[in-house]
Amino acid sequence: MSNDEPSVNAPLLQLSGISKSFGGTRALESVELALYAGSITALVGENGAGKSTLVKILTGIHQPDRGRITFCGKSVRIRSPAHAQQLGISVIHQEAVVFDELSVAENIFVTARPRHWGLIDWARMRRDAGRLMERLDCPLDPGLLLRDLSVAQRYLVQIARALSHDARLVIMDEPTAALSHHEAQLLLRIAAGLRDEGRALLFISHRFEDLFAIADRYVVFRDGRNVAEGLMPGTSVDTLIQSMVGRAIARLYPKRSVALGEEILRVQDLSRAEEFAHVSFGVRRGEILGVYGLVGAGRSELMQSVFGLTRAESGSIELDRAQIRPRHPADAIAQHIAYVPEDRQHQGAIPSLSISSNIALASLAQFTRHGWVDGERLTRTVGEWAQRMQVKYANLEQPLSELSGGNQQKVVLAKWLLTAPRVLILDEPTKGIDVGSKAAVHALMGEWVEQGMAIILVSSELPEVLGLSDRVLVMRRGRMAGVLDRTEADAATVLRLASAA
Amino acid sequence: MSSRHNAALALLTAILFVAVAARYPQFASAAGLRDTFDDTSILILLALGQMLVMLTRAIDLSVAASVALTGMCVALINQAMPGVAMPWLVLSAALLGAVLGAVNGLLVWQLQIPPIVVTLGTLAIYRGATYLVSGGRWVNSGDMSPVFLSLVRERWGGLTLLSWLAIAGVLLTACLLRYSAAGRSLYAAGNNPEAARYVGVDVGRAQCLAFVFNGVLAGLCGYLWVARYAVAYTGIASGFELTVIAACVIGGVSIAGGSGTVLGVLLGCLFLGVIKNALPLLAVSPFWQMAVSGAVIVTAAVLNAAGVRAPQRQRILEN
Amino acid sequence: MTDEARPSQPVPRTPWRKRLLRWEVFLALVVAADFALNVQLSPYFLSTETLSDVSFNFTEKALVALPMALLIIAGEIDISVAATMALASVCMGLLATTTASLTAIVGCGLAVGLLAGAFNGALVTRWRVPAIVATIGTMSLYRGIAYGILGDRVLKSYPPAFAFFGQGYVAGPVSFELLLFTLAAVLCALYLHRTEFGRRLVAIGCNKSAAEMAGVRVNRYRFWLFVATGVTSAAASVLLTSRLGSTRPSIAQGMELDIISMVILGGVAITGGRGSIVGVVLAAILTGLAIFGLGLINVPGVVMSLLMGALLILIVGLPIVGRRLRWIHV
Repeated sequence: MSNDEPSVNAPLLQLSGISKSFGGTRALESVELALYAGSITALVGENGAGKSTLVKILTGIHQPDRGRITFCGKSVRIRSPAHAQQLGISVIHQEAVVFDELSVAENIFVTARPRHWGLIDWARMRRDAGRLMERLDCPLDPGLLLRDLSVAQRYLVQIARALSHDARLVIMDEPTAALSHHEAQLLLRIAAGLRDEGRALLFISHRFEDLFAIADRYVVFRDGRNVAEGLMPGTSVDTLIQSMVGRAIARLYPKRSVALGEEILRVQDLSRAEEFAHVSFGVRRGEILGVYGLVGAGRSELMQSVFGLTRAESGSIELDRAQIRPRHPADAIAQHIAYVPEDRQHQGAIPSLSISSNIALASLAQFTRHGWVDGERLTRTVGEWAQRMQVKYANLEQPLSELSGGNQQKVVLAKWLLTAPRVLILDEPTKGIDVGSKAAVHALMGEWVEQGMAIILVSSELPEVLGLSDRVLVMRRGRMAGVLDRTEADAATVLRLASAA
Repeated sequence: MSSRHNAALALLTAILFVAVAARYPQFASAAGLRDTFDDTSILILLALGQMLVMLTRAIDLSVAASVALTGMCVALINQAMPGVAMPWLVLSAALLGAVLGAVNGLLVWQLQIPPIVVTLGTLAIYRGATYLVSGGRWVNSGDMSPVFLSLVRERWGGLTLLSWLAIAGVLLTACLLRYSAAGRSLYAAGNNPEAARYVGVDVGRAQCLAFVFNGVLAGLCGYLWVARYAVAYTGIASGFELTVIAACVIGGVSIAGGSGTVLGVLLGCLFLGVIKNALPLLAVSPFWQMAVSGAVIVTAAVLNAAGVRAPQRQRILEN
Repeated sequence: MTDEARPSQPVPRTPWRKRLLRWEVFLALVVAADFALNVQLSPYFLSTETLSDVSFNFTEKALVALPMALLIIAGEIDISVAATMALASVCMGLLATTTASLTAIVGCGLAVGLLAGAFNGALVTRWRVPAIVATIGTMSLYRGIAYGILGDRVLKSYPPAFAFFGQGYVAGPVSFELLLFTLAAVLCALYLHRTEFGRRLVAIGCNKSAAEMAGVRVNRYRFWLFVATGVTSAAASVLLTSRLGSTRPSIAQGMELDIISMVILGGVAITGGRGSIVGVVLAAILTGLAIFGLGLINVPGVVMSLLMGALLILIVGLPIVGRRLRWIHV
């Protein structure tokens, strides 16, 4: 192949026949993908469809078993993350890949610190970093340590890093998942700006509204293959979902009508310094109480206090009109309150432990006779639950980490249901899981409230909250901004309450 | 936080120093100061190396055994061939140290054995090797050449060579950590190994690098130790690795990697040095010295942990 | 998706258990080889007296290795065990110079261990100091107090009956030390592998905050593990002091590293969350046999530790090299 500038219509990056297996499982199977300069390609697919494997191949973390990668008209083998950067491929990862103890400037230039006579030129690094952050409309002091920044700001630092080595292909993996509405809008503007500069973008997201707002083309992955592609303007959410799951999903947010019973949990005037103040709400049998707020509104902090993980400094929590004072999650569990935390990897699940140990962990006492664990009964019960939750697994003793995100979340839910909760607090239960699992979780929630459970649903996804909740509690900056009934809760009202000054 | 930590530590060291000096003026005299610093120099050099290793989220328990092995080797060379010039001897000590460090580093890097396991093993191996090369014998001052013994005591501008080496070590390490890409990569590797991998920093390589650098310092200290105490035997510096780690901990180096400053480590060493040299003056039995430094380590660790804990509650409420 | 949501077929044995089994089989083979070697080296090795002699080589360390294994599985570590032994020994020695009864002496030793362990536990749970830092500090502190109290003196006025703990036999060739160790090992194994507490312990070692969220009282577990380690160290101190018949502040010096090596040799992951008591017991027997065998050919102690150190790295490193070269299929 001789010296050749890619022609205008030739793709910047072309994958042909890429396959990759891990052990016995095929992650990618003859994948074809083309990305063009000056264009944003949306990559959608359920979790486990092979998106993250693809990203890891494009960044040199994994090598494909078969197939060819062509970049700028040349066939390449991407050897390592550093090599990918040299080629001009940058990834902005879902969970910010940053260094808390290093400054903004150093995080941006961590791979290519400007030097002067072989020594690091700190003054220039700061100057250049300041300039890059300004280009992103985020004029941060380059000397700040990363641990003092917000989630959105950390994300922007990563984008600045991609800009610093002038990446020709930028891959964004779930960039808006952790951002508030306003922050997400800012990010989408930046992404559009990058495209207009002539870069190629691969945008991976589960949020369709974002994709429709900025993407030019789409590619759908299912079970390790690319199953559909086309131009974004000519398609609809339904078509995309249909190709993702291989069938039509009737409705994303089915709401079952359940007769509400008496109030089970009552939180009165609860406050904790710096986190939340004077929050009161109640939840009834058969009710789903949605709790909406922007990221950082104090929702999780509030729920963690109810669950006994932290201690509220004033106010009261009542269960069946009797005051309780949970000082530890174990106390809350004993009162049949369950909390599914937002951070699945670090708090919800124990990835290195087996599926059965994960499911049994919160209710081991059930399987214990005179101090001894009845292994047989445990395996039987756990297996029943895993099947009831439709977990896809090979065997119960395999480590949880081998399952996809959606299946891990089902295991976490099974763990909590095994404690027979009367009040179930779900904190972002469908964050980062695929459409199929999401629908399954929503359907299960409907079943549970029918059986008389009370559910508190904390979510940043407005359609989810509006679609499933009987009432919506809106929080803003640690305080209650309002409680809306299902009939009066619409997107505009809720958003206004959540963000109004 | 680290600058506040350093300021507090400096203040504490100063208070301690003034309190002792108030009753025993000779402690604060120029000679007294020089002696204290001279006595702390080896600790400073070793703590600098240990700090680099700890920055990468590793730990080196074998450092004192490395000191013993290299010290014994140069003492034996000196005894057998008194004609070998000192620069060669010192260089060979540093080289041998580098090799010992590289063994640790390569085991950590290439085999991915946890550093604490590797150095627990090499601790025993290096100490055993010290016995094997010496056959369990002692090399006494009479067996060493005069220049071998006197070099470390040589004074320039009032300070011993040993003290100057410590000062040079501090400056060199500080520059390395501030102005070289390799030095910065140690922070990156220890602060977030996963992220380091993504941005093309090889964590294992960074750890290996830190181990080699630490080994060079340990090798150098092998000669310094033997020359300063004028004796070499299998058990020299036994248990000193924990004092070195303690100095780092007091100096604010995080056991979880990624944070620590040269200034902090220097202050941590001086703090321990002042205590060690003040106790005899205060007529405290030298047998209590270990307990006192233990209490100091525990206190420092509790204070450090409290400092880390504070910012955990996120500020959500306004006003 | 529907066709994939099929119920799972049970698989006969889990990969996790397979790996564990292989490790222990491997250790058992090494033990057998060493045993055969010792028989070769000395015709007297197979006599009951010699075999019970072998047990004295490892029971004290192995006794402490048991709670240490639990501690490491839970993601913690205790470097101060040998210093705790020294402090307990000094306190017992001092009490023995008075007219105190045997029970009082032993009780005092155990109480010191309990306090030392509780202090470690408080540092780690109450003040959130990383365990390795906290116990490096208390190692210095406890050993330092022992030195401070005793200086260069030696205590050896133990009552005659005290000798039973470290030198006595319960039945035939079974020494009190061996019996105590066996009982403790069985207890620990049952605790770890058969009770709900053991399962929670493993969960803590895998991921503390997730365990906490699942209602496990993580700090309570960690605290009592440190206490158990302290008390067991004190019990080991009773055995060691009784066997030596005297106390110096340097007693059990450096033993913490031998004990931790033993635990790692037994297949316990230093990063927590994985390990078995059977492995630790095998590692203890291996250590005892090796030390005895080396003693037969007059190898000095420091060289024995060299070999143990090499063995440690070899045994941890070999499977990794093997996996690299695809000897072992994962």
